[in-house]
Amino acid sequence: MASPLHRQVANMRKALFDQGFLDEQFVQLEELQDDVNPNFVEEVVTLFYKDSARTMLNIEAALEQRPLDFGKLDACMHTFKGSCSSIGARRMKSECSQFREFCGERNSEGCLKTYQLVKKEHETLRKKLGNYFQMSRQAGPIETACRPK
Amino acid sequence: MENGSPSPRADAFPAGLRVLVVDDDPTWLKILEKMLKKCSYEVTTCCLARVALDMLRERKDRFDIVISDVNMPDMDGFKLLEQVGLEMDLPVIMMSVDGETSRVMRGVQHGACDYLLKPVRMKELRNIWQHVFRRKKHEVKDFESHESSEDAHTVRSGVDETDDGHLLIAIDTNSTRKRKVTENEEHDEQDLNDHASVKKTRVVWSVDLHQKFVNAVNQIGFDKVGPKKILDLMNVPGLTRENVASHLQKYRLYLSRLQKQNEPNSTFCGIKHSELNSKDPPSKFPLQSSITMHPNNKTNSFGYSENKSFVQDVGVEIPEDDFKSIASFLPGTEVKTSLSGEAPDISEVKNISQVGKVMIQNPEFMPFPQTWSSEVSSSQDKNYTLVGEGYSNMQMPSLPYNNQIDHQQRGSPSNDARTYNIDLGKIDQSTKPTYTEYGSGQVRNISLKAANLDSLSFQFEPAFISGGLQGIKDDVNCRHGLGVGDSYQDFTLKNGLLLATPHEDLQLYSLHGNGYFESVGINNTEFLDYCGSTSFMELPNDVYDELRLSFDYPFEIVEYPLVDEGLFIV
Repeated sequence: MASPLHRQVANMRKALFDQGFLDEQFVQLEELQDDVNPNFVEEVVTLFYKDSARTMLNIEAALEQRPLDFGKLDACMHTFKGSCSSIGARRMKSECSQFREFCGERNSEGCLKTYQLVKKEHETLRKKLGNYFQMSRQAGPIETACRPK
Repeated sequence: MENGSPSPRADAFPAGLRVLVVDDDPTWLKILEKMLKKCSYEVTTCCLARVALDMLRERKDRFDIVISDVNMPDMDGFKLLEQVGLEMDLPVIMMSVDGETSRVMRGVQHGACDYLLKPVRMKELRNIWQHVFRRKKHEVKDFESHESSEDAHTVRSGVDETDDGHLLIAIDTNSTRKRKVTENEEHDEQDLNDHASVKKTRVVWSVDLHQKFVNAVNQIGFDKVGPKKILDLMNVPGLTRENVASHLQKYRLYLSRLQKQNEPNSTFCGIKHSELNSKDPPSKFPLQSSITMHPNNKTNSFGYSENKSFVQDVGVEIPEDDFKSIASFLPGTEVKTSLSGEAPDISEVKNISQVGKVMIQNPEFMPFPQTWSSEVSSSQDKNYTLVGEGYSNMQMPSLPYNNQIDHQQRGSPSNDARTYNIDLGKIDQSTKPTYTEYGSGQVRNISLKAANLDSLSFQFEPAFISGGLQGIKDDVNCRHGLGVGDSYQDFTLKNGLLLATPHEDLQLYSLHGNGYFESVGINNTEFLDYCGSTSFMELPNDVYDELRLSFDYPFEIVEYPLVDEGLFIV
């Protein structure tokens, strides 16, 4: 039987979905995890955060420019949205879409405001996923935990 | 001449499919790699489009399929797609987080065989082998090595893919490739998969260079484009006319492939896949195609009148319901046709050949006009259309009209389906003017008059054509059109096959040439959307006579833009 720790992990995971942070892409990543890549999900998420930091710097640099280059911003955010979709970061993705809509409307204020939301989601998810992975590691694989040593 | 590393997929296909994934997003790259590996594919990843292109160029046969992101900083995914399509004919799947129709459309128009939306699903990737398989399947049937085969390919794939659909086909045979036919005879198809033309290409057509090329082509216009002109316009030092010519050829191929991809489901003209070569009669006719049309309206008249005939020997045998003619064509010579047949009335007919015009006069049909015109120009300097052995076996649509057969032979009273088989027999290339002694009689003028023919099919079964078929000028205009037209090249088949009314069943029309057509290209393909075009009804029938289905074909309502005559210029 799953330990309390495991149940806690499961609850955390469920909350991430329930609160809209993650979508089914995350499930797909979990399914890809196997003996060859036992930490696949975490690796992917780590890679995402590493790479997205770079993308965000690009966006921030573009947001510094006056007047705003909406074309460039849109392109950057498109890239970012693509990355978000890779880990199933649902909330972030929808903020990205919002951002791009503002780009289309050439709405500077909307862009700036939305970017802050994107950034916030980015950070929130990072923390949540960080906790989740840490907890998962502590709990260990369910099978192992159940097996008598 | 197997030029690839042996691919491991012999038995396990699709396991071992070699996939190149190009995406600037490392996260996606990692995920896709994992997913593809789970599919037992052999994966290579690349985060830069330019690097990917270099890899592809380095060894063209290193990959079976490419999956590329659309948005990449160093090179637009569409550009990559275009380059790949141009240079190596690999299936390319595009992917993007963006599902805007316009973008997807752009990808497809650029030749993407699929367009996946991110997040890409495992099940979608599991299925990508089908694109490879589809392409291979087509390749087996024709050689890829030169335009003609590619174009024939187009025809054939149309045959393959449109079981119910209707497709217009135009075939253009270009004289410049005469030489290759001979070569083709000596190799089997597999060998021909290796590009003979690749050797020549030493110039790397970078994106910029290609862009210059495309600009030049656009500036000149497809109709008038030629290597020399392009070269002059591009003004790139070191570039030779041959380089440009070779690239132009690829570009045309590329465009024709695009067209092929874009139109297979068209529903206007029906090509129904008939049995392919496997079922060939003992004689070696690589090409067999048949078109059968079932007319529901029997009041139409089908006139078969001579036009210009260059056919020399035409033997027509009419066993019972079959009308078989063996014709050999000599360039620019008079047509002497002989009919030998069992039909009682057959005597001397002259000028069978040139299939004059078939017009449908019944106004009721006008809403669904089809044109069938075929011409083979007779000029000496043009190409031989059919060279080598058996080229085409063409069954033309059976026209279900009230056929007028002036031609005596329609002896059989029955209104049932009849088959006309015209065998292009031996065609001697030599200029000997007379080659005649084929049939017993000389055919002068054949027009068919028959009432209530349910189906009429023509079959061309060229057995031996060692020389050139140079003069066939067919100008057949009828509602159901299958056209063989010569615009200004050599041998052009232009089909305006139209989907007729539901009653009319255009059953088969397939040309397969095993690549024996020198250049079979889609030429001026026109999809006519006849439905609702009432204007046809107002046109006098005479108008059709004048139509050669060339560029000035006035009725095209929908024009298929991609490949037109201009692309097949010498």
